[in-house]
Amino acid sequence: MMISMEHYLIVSSIMFFVGIYGFIARKNLLAVLISIELILNSVEINFSVFNRYLYPEHMEGLFFSLFGIAISAAETAVAIAIIINVYRLANNIDVRHIDKMKH
Amino acid sequence: MDLGNFLVMRQELGLLAVFVILLLLDLFVSETRAMKWFRPAAIFLFALHTAAGFFHVPEGTAFGGMYVTTPLAVLMKNILNLGLLVVFMQAGEWLRQQGTAIREGEYYIIALATLLGMYLMVSAGNFMLLYIGIEMASLPTACLAAYNKYKEKSAEAGAKYILMSTLSSGIMMFGLSYLYGAMGTMYFADMQPLVTADFMTVLGFVFFFAGLAFKISLVPFHMWAPDVYEGAPTATTAYLSVVSKAAGCFVLLLTLHHVFGGIGRIWYYMLWAITVATIVVGNLFAIRQRDIKRFFAYSSISQAGYIMLGVLHGTPEGLSAVVYYVLVYLFANMAAFGVIASVENNSGRTDLDAYNGLYKSNPKLALVMMLAVFSLAGIPPLGGFFSKFFIFAAAAAKGDYVLVFIALVNTVVSLYYYLRIIKAMFIDAPEGGVTERLRTDGYNKASLVFCTVGVLAAGIVSNLYGYIAGIGF
Repeated sequence: MMISMEHYLIVSSIMFFVGIYGFIARKNLLAVLISIELILNSVEINFSVFNRYLYPEHMEGLFFSLFGIAISAAETAVAIAIIINVYRLANNIDVRHIDKMKH
Repeated sequence: MDLGNFLVMRQELGLLAVFVILLLLDLFVSETRAMKWFRPAAIFLFALHTAAGFFHVPEGTAFGGMYVTTPLAVLMKNILNLGLLVVFMQAGEWLRQQGTAIREGEYYIIALATLLGMYLMVSAGNFMLLYIGIEMASLPTACLAAYNKYKEKSAEAGAKYILMSTLSSGIMMFGLSYLYGAMGTMYFADMQPLVTADFMTVLGFVFFFAGLAFKISLVPFHMWAPDVYEGAPTATTAYLSVVSKAAGCFVLLLTLHHVFGGIGRIWYYMLWAITVATIVVGNLFAIRQRDIKRFFAYSSISQAGYIMLGVLHGTPEGLSAVVYYVLVYLFANMAAFGVIASVENNSGRTDLDAYNGLYKSNPKLALVMMLAVFSLAGIPPLGGFFSKFFIFAAAAAKGDYVLVFIALVNTVVSLYYYLRIIKAMFIDAPEGGVTERLRTDGYNKASLVFCTVGVLAAGIVSNLYGYIAGIGF
């Protein structure tokens, strides 16, 4: 069986929604961050696949994926730095305990 | 491409120069006695850059159409510049406090980096540059929100902001990937004729819109805003609620009309419902807030709803009303946050009770706050009245009376909670309020004067609106 574009899109859609689910359901900030990475990676699959199958004459989609990878690395770095600071102050990175501003 | 083309990016290059100079300056003078000159230098350099923006900036494109600058983009950047300048003036007093003093210089540098991202957002001619701009703007903003390293609330605000902003940009990118799949290009100019109401384009657009709506905290996507606004340092809150939001609104305005104008009848109803929800929910939740920063978070949510009212129809009047509205909103909100910052820096309090009887102890601050709040509520002859008037007039001109009616009713509702502050300051007994005479430094005073003049003048100097309307879309 040939692997067609739809197969990739199904995988990436599943990854995207698993990421959304994880973002909502996971209680650990790091797990939430990993869920976001899933979302970003699904997007990068989408871009590469559309580029490869539909518009192979230009490289726009691949470049977008590359930039996306670089940017998601940067945001992981910032997010982890902030999460470490949360841990230092609260001794906890469980989202249920991060509720200092609930009134 | 010859190098002369780079001069099209004059504002970006100027900002980059300010950024590099301050970075080097911070490297050499930080932790020495010369550090006390850092802040005047930063404000002076940035003020120069802001002033330079008002002179003629060439139009044109660079990088094969990825970067586009128009008179409108220049105007938007000037508005963003003004906002950041005021933030710089207000931030210093808080930055000098223990815990942040040692990292004082970094605040300015990080803020400049976010501004560069916003420039790219406004000037983007390609969705990739737009995405890079949004990320450049939002990642450092998370650092600004988490800047109070020893305060748990601040760290929490930073964590919430970065997670929500990455989620929203992930959703936005997912939408962009479908738009790319449908059209095979990411350039605004190439996409515009290709936008049709086919399934994939609409799906991509909805995701893209949802991601952007997170950034400007329109209603179903506003949950992060109150927490982040409350926890972040006050200067950052001001920055988030004005400059960051303004940049998001500008981008939404530009993309909706320059790229997705072809499917206007599809997003019209979506945006209509979101506008109504934003105005109503923002207002209703603002009523029951006890914390003034949280209060202004909900107030800024409902203000974003009014801005969307102008974006909705895409008539030239509506769009220039949006830019004018943002300018007036900048003055008013910044004035309010200047007062909040000076109260917080002196007493450490952000609850509404701290404002009880403020007029007795600090009449000038109370007066500034009153003007700001009246402008936000839209009381003549302040700028806020005229900006709301132009927005409503533009929507009414297209016959959208139901929406205008809902917005008008909500203006009355908003008056109720805005007047609560006025009542606390002028009428209530000063029990539990700040009774000592507050001291604030010269920069903050200057910023308050600047914003107050802006609030007053924006309404009276009518050629301001004429100038914006004359720029053209």
